This record gives sequence, C-alpha cells and structure tokens, in this order.
Amino acid sequence: MSIPSDLKYTKSHEWVRAEADGTVTVGITHHAQDLLGDMVFVENPTVGRKLAAGEECAVVESVKAASDVYAPIAGEVVAANEDLEASPEMLNKDAYGAWMFKLNPENGADIDSLLDAAAYTAHVESEAH
Amino acid sequence: MLKHTPLNAKHREAGAKLVDFSGWEMPIHYGSQIEEHHVVRRDAGMFDVSHMLPVDIKGEGARAFLRTLVANNVDKLQTTGKALYSCMLHEGGGVVDDLIIYYMTESWFRIVVNAGCADKDIAWMEAQRNQLAPDLQILPRRELAMIAVQGPNAAAKLWQALPGSEGLTRPMKPFTAVLVGDMFVARTGYTGEDGFEIMLPAKAASFFWQALLEAGVKPCGLGARDTLRLEAGMNLFGQDMDEKTTPLESGLAWTVDLKSERDFIGKDALLRLPRERQLVGLLLRDKGVLRAHQPVHTAHGAGEITSGSFSPTLNVSIALARVPAGVLSGDTLEVEIRDKRLRATVVKYPFVRNGKALIEP
Repeated sequence: MSIPSDLKYTKSHEWVRAEADGTVTVGITHHAQDLLGDMVFVENPTVGRKLAAGEECAVVESVKAASDVYAPIAGEVVAANEDLEASPEMLNKDAYGAWMFKLNPENGADIDSLLDAAAYTAHVESEAH
Repeated sequence: MLKHTPLNAKHREAGAKLVDFSGWEMPIHYGSQIEEHHVVRRDAGMFDVSHMLPVDIKGEGARAFLRTLVANNVDKLQTTGKALYSCMLHEGGGVVDDLIIYYMTESWFRIVVNAGCADKDIAWMEAQRNQLAPDLQILPRRELAMIAVQGPNAAAKLWQALPGSEGLTRPMKPFTAVLVGDMFVARTGYTGEDGFEIMLPAKAASFFWQALLEAGVKPCGLGARDTLRLEAGMNLFGQDMDEKTTPLESGLAWTVDLKSERDFIGKDALLRLPRERQLVGLLLRDKGVLRAHQPVHTAHGAGEITSGSFSPTLNVSIALARVPAGVLSGDTLEVEIRDKRLRATVVKYPFVRNGKALIEP
C-alpha cells in the first residue's frame, strides 16, 4: 500500500491533511491499522477539547490490543467522525478515507514540521528492523 | 531463535502474520482474525497447534501414577480412547499446567500439555515419576505435529480430506480419540465447536494441511483461537489460572475430584485453603473493550480481569474475571479502563457454544 504524498505524518502513525479552510484532518495510517488488525472500538476526543501537540487524545482498539492516538499538532477539536463508533472496521478498509477528528490549529505553520511521505516511509522501514 | 513447527512454510505461503508465541513462531492471523473466528463458528477452520506437546506415559502402573499426578480422577477413564481434562497441581494447590489425558490402554496414556509449560511439565512429571513409579516411561513426542480442525462442517471436510477416515471417526463421541493409521484423532478442541485435534508424524503434516485446504478448511491463527476459547468459556493457562491460583478459584472446581478417597498432589492444600475468590463471566454494558489485568470493583471488594476481548459472535466485549466469592450472577460491577469506570454485568459462562449465543448481549 503506497503512502499518499499529499499528506503529512507523525512517528506515532497518524496522518494529517491541511484543509482549505485552515483546519487539519487526522487519521491513522494504513500501516498502523495493519499492525493492530481488526478494529472493534474507537473513542474520539470531544468537540471543543483543546489539545497540546503530542497529547493522547483518542483510542483505537483492535481485537488484539488498545492503542493511543496522539494530537499531531496543538489545536482545538472542531469535529469527530461519529461513523467510526458504529463501524470501527472502516479504519481497516480505508485508513486514509476514514478520518478520526479535525483540529483548528493553534498555529497553522505547525503542520510543516511533520513528516512528509518519504520521511514517513523511511520511519516505517526503520521500525521494521 | 524462534522454534518452527513443521507447518511454518505453509503459514508463510498463506500470508500469515507470524508472532512469537512461547518461543514458537506462530500465525496470529492470515488476514482477518474476525473472519477466521466466524469461519470456525459457521463452517470449518484449522489451527496449527504443533507447538503443544503430546507426552506418552507408558508402562505398568500408569493409571496409579496419574491418580496421584493430576487433580481430576483418571478412574473416570474406563473405555479406550476416552479423554479427561485436568489440572496438574503442585503441593500448594496452584496449577502447574492444565492438560488433556487420553486413555488408550492400561500401559499407555497420552497427555497433551501447553507449549509454554512443556519443559517445566516434563521435569515435574519426571520428578514425580522418580518418587512414585520409577519404572514408568515419560515420552515427550516432539516428532508429532498437531492440527485442530474445528467448526460445524469440520467432520464432513475432514472426511473429504482424509478418505477412509469416516468409518472410524463418524461414531466418535466428544472427548474421545481413535487411531486412524498413524494418526491419533481426538474429538476435542478449544473453540466450543465440534471438531477434531489430530496428531500425526511431522513429515506428513504439510501434506495433510494441504488436503484440508483443498477440502475447504480455512487456516486460522492463534488470535481467533483466543477469542473462540474465551467465548466458549475455556481457561487459558498463564492468564485465567497459574501456579499462584488454585483450580477452585479459577472456575475449574468441576475438574477437581475431592469426593473420592484418592489422594493427589495439591489435595491437602485445596481442602485447607479458604475459598475467597471465584472466576466469573463479564459482559460489558458500556462501550469499550475488556482486557486482561483491568481492575474490577464490586460491592464485595476488588478483583481483576484475567482474559478479556471483543466477542465477534456477540458483538460486545466479554471477559473472565477473578472476583471476591460474594459476587453473584446478575450483579453489576465496574471495570477500570484507562481513566474511566465502565459497567459490566456478571454472567454465567460459556458465552457461546456450537455457534449459538448462550447469553443475551
């Protein structure tokens, strides 16, 4: 599965997309869902919650294990994907389509400090060894 | 260096995700753990369980030795091929391992033990043998592979894969074994479904696995095996009981014979120790997933989840938990998950048997 070049990434396997309206959309990568296996539970942050960069803010659980999801950058939660609560398996089927939450960033430029597709690919490969 | 079963190449061929399980490289799943779970409940799946160890007890006096060695009573085994589930205890009443004993003849019993306990078990059995019955042989059968074929269609597909086996295996009752050529075929399992556990020479394992594949039996990993056994309410050694817990506080009182005069290792301790804890089933009422080691809070005191997961059949989270003796079925208790306390109902298990839910989610 190729890693989309138009997204940004974190070392903790979140993907981040800058939207035209200045918000950012966050999900977990294909690699992350592959490591976890069949998803059965998603807990998103509540809308209005203010997050610091790197803060634990959501949980995804597969049959196998629970995993924390971290805020890629600082900001306020402006939306959460409620469909995931009823259908966590969407994270397995389409990791880059099944977004988790949207942030209104504290500082729009923060996204530039995240990994690009090439750097994330290298990170995944380094973890495999 | 991880140990490989004779089927390792077949797992790689099938695209298995391999993990370290008690020092063995074993398939956790072949794509989707949940699909594999459903296949076993609805059709037929197979598991490589060659990491488990068959041990033959051979010689005169085998029965008398086993009367002392294990907590269940081998005198329940009176017909050839009959199987018995039991715990093997140490003097303090804690569980050394749980195992299945097959009675073949008065001078041949076969015991199947857990992979992670195999070396310890052999040492323990030999130490007891040296004291009780020095002439008895304890023979680990590492050269045998073991495949579990499980599900409502397991029998029909086994007969398709192994022409000629139907005559001997169709009449088999649950918890019995027969010899089919050089195969030891037992109608046992760890899923709550009909099926067989088949021990056979390692060199024949890949050929037999392929025949089962062609008969439409789907390879299933240890992930599905764990959710299936949890739904079936079957204990896992190292989680639901171990050397620090007795069978009586692990939901296994039915496997301990305290009525007969027979003495066995650990009996004194079981009679002496107060029974303050019990194993119960839990059904999560709030959203989340129960996991081993989550703290449990009840009106009678604290407890802990020993095994927990999402139940693919019931579509909710279920668990086994060790709680104070006063807790009753139907009680509501609280489970600590991260920073929250979620509500769970105490239920009688098994949760699922033969494809059917036994409790209302």
